[in-house]
Amino acid sequence: MPKNISRNRSAVISSESLSLDLYRKLYMTRRAEEFIIEYYHEDDMKTPMHMSMGEEAIAVGVCHALGLDNQIWTSYRTHAAFLAKTEDTEQFFGELYGKVTGVSAGKAGSMHLADPSKGYMAASAVVASILPSAVGMAFANKSNATGHISCVFFGDGALDEGVFWESLNLACVMDLPVLFVCEDNRLSVHTPTHIRQGYNSITDVVSRFSCTVIQESTTDVERIHTITKEAMNTIHTTRKPVFLHLECYRYLEHVGINEDFDAGYRSKEEYEQWYEWDCVKLQRERLTNQGFSSADLRKVESVIDNQLLTSIRKAQAAPFPQPEELYRGVFYEAD
Amino acid sequence: MRQISFCDALNEATRQEMERDPSVFIYGIGVPDHKKIFGSTAGLVEQFGPERCFDTPLCEETMTGFGLGAAIGGMRPIHVHIRVDFLVLAMNQLINMISSYTYSTLGKTRVPLVIRAVVGRGWGQGYQHSKSLHSLFAHIPGLKVVMPTTPHDAKGLLTSAIRDDNPVIFIEHRWLYWAEADVPEEPFAIPLGEGNILREGDDITIVATSWMNIEALRAAEILERRGVSVEIVDPRTIAPLNDSMMVQSVNKTRQCIVADNDWIDCGFSAEVATRVYEKCFNRLKSPITRIGFAPTPCPTVRTLENEFYPNAITIIRSVEEKLGLSPTDLSGEEFYSHEKRFKGPF
Repeated sequence: MPKNISRNRSAVISSESLSLDLYRKLYMTRRAEEFIIEYYHEDDMKTPMHMSMGEEAIAVGVCHALGLDNQIWTSYRTHAAFLAKTEDTEQFFGELYGKVTGVSAGKAGSMHLADPSKGYMAASAVVASILPSAVGMAFANKSNATGHISCVFFGDGALDEGVFWESLNLACVMDLPVLFVCEDNRLSVHTPTHIRQGYNSITDVVSRFSCTVIQESTTDVERIHTITKEAMNTIHTTRKPVFLHLECYRYLEHVGINEDFDAGYRSKEEYEQWYEWDCVKLQRERLTNQGFSSADLRKVESVIDNQLLTSIRKAQAAPFPQPEELYRGVFYEAD
Repeated sequence: MRQISFCDALNEATRQEMERDPSVFIYGIGVPDHKKIFGSTAGLVEQFGPERCFDTPLCEETMTGFGLGAAIGGMRPIHVHIRVDFLVLAMNQLINMISSYTYSTLGKTRVPLVIRAVVGRGWGQGYQHSKSLHSLFAHIPGLKVVMPTTPHDAKGLLTSAIRDDNPVIFIEHRWLYWAEADVPEEPFAIPLGEGNILREGDDITIVATSWMNIEALRAAEILERRGVSVEIVDPRTIAPLNDSMMVQSVNKTRQCIVADNDWIDCGFSAEVATRVYEKCFNRLKSPITRIGFAPTPCPTVRTLENEFYPNAITIIRSVEEKLGLSPTDLSGEEFYSHEKRFKGPF
């Protein structure tokens, strides 16, 4: 369970607008997935859903700190990152429904949701394969002196892959502006760390590389936002990568919309301990403590609910891509 | 016109493109070291500095994905592998990441990435330093695959590959590095997807790749003395394959041999043969003959290696069989080996 959340839940003082912005994004990601759960049985969203639920504070906190200009790269668990980075609910549901209104006209689906025009460069369904491209983008950023940071999200499972260590090594030896964000839920699908890791501590091992390591176990989106800002400053001042190690908890099964606490690989009690510190609840409480009334918050939430529902209706009504779309874009097509 | 080697042609294309476009950079294991990838990267680090010509850790997969990221970021990377075999370590990036990236963005994103890789042969290269593998790459939609034969093509096609907005795998046979021929000094580009008729003839078409073109040329010289006129078609671009030139040639000669610098089964020769069957079926006088490596790993010892590789003699005997000719007396004929290098002319 999260270790270093302040017992006083409103201890972090920050501007109301930041708190509200972060809450809006958190609420949007959570509600979007709740709608997916509600509508998935209709079998119109024919794409494997790897749900972000429970882990949203990391995507929201980091992406909000990065803004639009810095780039992100992720695994197949894309939903929270996509909405946090783009806030485009129409392209989001368009893609999940496989319609022309989707960001990739249905070619990408849930596992490859991305939008390079908004700095969400790519999402890979093969664990850790995305890491080298994030490092290569950082090289381009450095060569072109753009000042941008290339940020890559991955789970603790990625550390089992050689390409993770190659990428970390490369970013360190080449002094590249990469933000590595390890979302550590201690599970690779269903396989726990003690079967996978021949070392005691991820951060101990990574800290032997020429980079800065920051570790937190928190569901507090503002704390994650703050340490991301610190990490970005560190990258700019040290001109070295930063490795952010963030513990989190996956509420649902590896892929799909259901709970799987009866599967035997983890306990419901563990979930309940984490849910006590649920990121959406926590941020809502903070806003309440800042003086937002229940009615104020409901108003904010209903705007988002309506936006999401409208996006779903539009996606449902939108056409599928024409057959000839299959052959388009294998190679670059100039406008 | 000035004559330069295949190796120097690669070098010149790279240098001229790096001069022309500051986003071009070249990297890979050993690229700037004193051996300079057999000389093909000579002078580049001296002229362009370590920011645009650099050595890397031994991590082929990561350095390949790095190229993808840099290309998406607006650079034009050239990644060099001193052996094609090492590219196998990068297959995940090539097949899972690079081939589909542009498609995922509906064709809107450029991935101008060149991957150069050298095919080894002779002097005990053995089974991990001798592969060609172009069929493997060509099987994947989204990757372009190019195999030059002549110094002229080496320069013109590498220039095109660097200017192309898509990933291009550029496969260079080590034995071609010594070949010399006329190559214009000024920059020029040969469009990808255009074949080349290396030799015109009327009696039989040989579609050959890379080094096998040299063997086919030698076979054609010997056969010409018997009055057999061989046409040699070098597709140059393996994928996407433009079959119009080979189809036109076979429609004329009505006989076809495919001599591929690779294994036969499920290989490029199967692709060529199928295309020719599909489009020239009624014109063919005999079934298409395929020539390629023996279906074994490549052995190290020379006596077995000689058995592993097909050569001009293999081609001559195939032509004789197809045309119903008695075997040519080849005593006294000279053939190429690691020691007896082909240096031209074409």
